[in-house]
Amino acid sequence: MDGILVPLVGGVTIGLASSFLLLATGKIAGISGIFAGTFLPGGGAERTWRAAFLAGLVTSGLLLALWMPGALGEGLEAPPALVAAAGVMVGFGSRLGCGCTSGHGICGIGRLSPRSLAATATFMTTAILTVFVVRHVLGGL
Amino acid sequence: MHVLSGLVAGLLFGLGLGLGGMTDPRNVLGFLDFAGDWNPSLLWVMGGGVGVFAALFPAIRRRSGPLFAPAFDLPAMRRIDRELLAGSAIFGVGWGLLGLCPGPAIVNALVGGWKVLLFLAAMAAGMGFHALWQRRRLGEDAPCEHLGPDA
Repeated sequence: MDGILVPLVGGVTIGLASSFLLLATGKIAGISGIFAGTFLPGGGAERTWRAAFLAGLVTSGLLLALWMPGALGEGLEAPPALVAAAGVMVGFGSRLGCGCTSGHGICGIGRLSPRSLAATATFMTTAILTVFVVRHVLGGL
Repeated sequence: MHVLSGLVAGLLFGLGLGLGGMTDPRNVLGFLDFAGDWNPSLLWVMGGGVGVFAALFPAIRRRSGPLFAPAFDLPAMRRIDRELLAGSAIFGVGWGLLGLCPGPAIVNALVGGWKVLLFLAAMAAGMGFHALWQRRRLGEDAPCEHLGPDA
């Protein structure tokens, strides 16, 4: 039961966080957009709440490290070049596609946006294919 | 209040990711690996998140506006275009390579080792490259920046 209940409570917490952001500020909790709006030029007055949101995320990591260190895994094993390549693809792709797992996958699907449904189906498919190729065709990295 | 709300939402969002196991890339890759020892936890996290947001969204949206801002700011685009699909496809490949997407990477920024910082720097570079390319191609910022109150 733990295998369902704990992740479900995590998901409910994410849903509440996204709903609270919408209720308080009128914004969608799309993390790639919030990150881009903080670090790329042209953020303007929006930059302060976005930076605060990111600071909240970073702080949650510090709290998790104290309270439930097991939740953070054991670091990335992949070679640096692959880490960088994955980061560039995640950054470029999430901007071209107007969102990532949070904005499309949680908020977008939650408000039944056809664009977000299409985006989520697309990135789930290519991510599953990527894992299949890496793990079962190439035999791991 | 805007800033405090952002901080609280980010903190809560990150704790939810941690509780849901999404801050450990092994759980994410375990979900994406249907041919291996499948780990369904991401399904419950997404189900919980989508369920709560779907339940609360209509009620929040019915208000005349948010608590601390003049109006709601929701994505105004409707069309499923090539950019949306190509961008999402590229994003999925990057996500599947490591099991890291932006939220969990930022949560891990100070506690996940130097490779997480490398990932975040590369992610910022990818976003910057997109912004430059977009401006050259269309002479404007990314179309998804064009938000409207009516969505």
